Amino acid sequence: MDNLVSLRGVTKSYRRGKQNIEVLHGIDMDIAGGDFVALMGPSGSGKTTLLNLIGGLDGASAGSIEVAGTRIDRMDSGELARWRAANIGFVFQFYNLLPMLSAQKNVELPLLLTRLSGPDRRRNAAIALALVGLEDRAQHRPGELSGGQEQRVAIARAIVSDPKILVCDEPTGDLDRHTADEIMELLQQLNREHGKTIVMVTHDPKAAEFAHRQLHLDKGTLAGDGP
Amino acid sequence: MKFLPLVWAGLMRKKARTLLTLLSIIVAFLLFGMLDAVRVAFTVRDSLEGASRLVVSSKLSIIQPLPYADLAQIQRVPGVEQVAFANWFGGIYQDRKNFFANFAVSPNYLDMYPEFVLPEEQQQAFLKTRTAAIVGANLAKRYNFKVGDRIPLQATIFPHKNGDNTWTFDLVGIFRTREARDRNQEDQMIFRYDYFDEGRTFGQGTVGWYMVKVSDPGRAQEVAQTIDRLFANSADETKTQTEKQFNLDFVKQIGDIGLIVSSIMGAVFFTILLLTGNTMSQAVRERIPELAVLKTIGFSNRSVLWLVLGESLLLAAVGGSLGLLLAMAGAGALSAAFRGGAFAVGAQSWLTGLMIMTVLGVAVGLPPAWRAMRLRIVDALVER
Repeated sequence: MDNLVSLRGVTKSYRRGKQNIEVLHGIDMDIAGGDFVALMGPSGSGKTTLLNLIGGLDGASAGSIEVAGTRIDRMDSGELARWRAANIGFVFQFYNLLPMLSAQKNVELPLLLTRLSGPDRRRNAAIALALVGLEDRAQHRPGELSGGQEQRVAIARAIVSDPKILVCDEPTGDLDRHTADEIMELLQQLNREHGKTIVMVTHDPKAAEFAHRQLHLDKGTLAGDGP
Repeated sequence: MKFLPLVWAGLMRKKARTLLTLLSIIVAFLLFGMLDAVRVAFTVRDSLEGASRLVVSSKLSIIQPLPYADLAQIQRVPGVEQVAFANWFGGIYQDRKNFFANFAVSPNYLDMYPEFVLPEEQQQAFLKTRTAAIVGANLAKRYNFKVGDRIPLQATIFPHKNGDNTWTFDLVGIFRTREARDRNQEDQMIFRYDYFDEGRTFGQGTVGWYMVKVSDPGRAQEVAQTIDRLFANSADETKTQTEKQFNLDFVKQIGDIGLIVSSIMGAVFFTILLLTGNTMSQAVRERIPELAVLKTIGFSNRSVLWLVLGESLLLAAVGGSLGLLLAMAGAGALSAAFRGGAFAVGAQSWLTGLMIMTVLGVAVGLPPAWRAMRLRIVDALVER
């Protein structure tokens, strides 16, 4: 398979006061299209930072990041915003839905940035909600849904604009075991049946088992591939 | 337009807070609309006709009469085309609360005011009938006066010679003004000076003020100075002013309405600015992770700025418009209660109101919008 994501010599450092703290040290990494990768490692190892770089939420201090043939490390913030809208779907630990909007309206949000008409946006959002099994909850607000249902809405929002990559940051971190497994099965289904490339940060070894491979980060360095 | 539900959702996140903020904006604009209506009602407008009219009154005070004999001398001043005169009567119709301007005038008084429209036969009736009176259309409407009615006025200054305090006038005409903006002129009653002068117990042979029409408005100042020189060092010195200046001086007796209105509104809007600004900042602070999510899924910095700015502009526009609509109703009620048609929230007030709404919306929305625009996604997401 061709590489969809390629990182070469990526470092990331932050300034904290007068101190320069390097979080990632020269990461080299490739992720093929259609892959399902779990990034694991202890807290502070740089997992979320690496995920943010791949998702175009943050810029690298050095090195190159190429996603789907595009050097995203050379983009400015406006270009990155447009690129994210077209190529990346995000799933967060705490779902991050807008509480005042219904599930349907939350899912429609990424489509507001497209040229789709109102009826088309509603139709696509309904399809995405059906895909995650929540068509009957379309008019419910996040506060009226369970944690698992909220995460399904978040996944529907992530896939509604048909991105190539899903970037998931601890998607099961706030869920019980049973619901977590359901969410992981859904992600696995999206990977297997819809060809979505998934990069997922998790602390949960059970969740990581759903991935094709596990990458371990330790103190900002890739420690190696797991099974 | 497709972002409007998102803007609306932002405002509706805390309904009570938004409602209270909206109410404060409504009240501020209601106050602005009402006060501006008062300011406009007291604004002395320039008019083509007014530019060629001078008012000659006593140098001592407007209530000090001038001799009728001055008329012939004023008429002889070069540049004077016509001279009319009038005397304040101050009569009361039925009840003290029924106040309206009423005064005795010379037969040619209406010739000085081409902006008043009175049918020819009614003009003739005014000239032929000694007890004749005419009223403005607003006044006629308010008291249901009709041509042919006999109108009794109770004298407050000038009792009748016959010992009765009641003067009775025959209504022979109802006049209108050509321009809608002059409608407040339709709240007066005028009647014949000769009837008044003959019947009053004192002050015969004097008039309250002279109205002078000049042939060349450009020479009005020069004519005014000539008239005042004519009576200088006499027992009845005069003060001659353009009609506009005379009206301005009259209004100034109440106070500088414009300054009073501006001062009150300045204080009101400064307070609203602080209150609404604080509310908007707080509302945005609470939503930082949500704004970060919008940026994450592809909303640009500029889109987020406009979303937040859109909320404050929408709030100011809805609150301001409702406030001005209420002010329109309030001004209508005020006009009905006092002087019909004088108070109105006009196009100029709306235009100024729209400008204030925009400035208010931008001023209170820009700081939080700017902050939202500059949010770093990765920092904002962890503020959850």
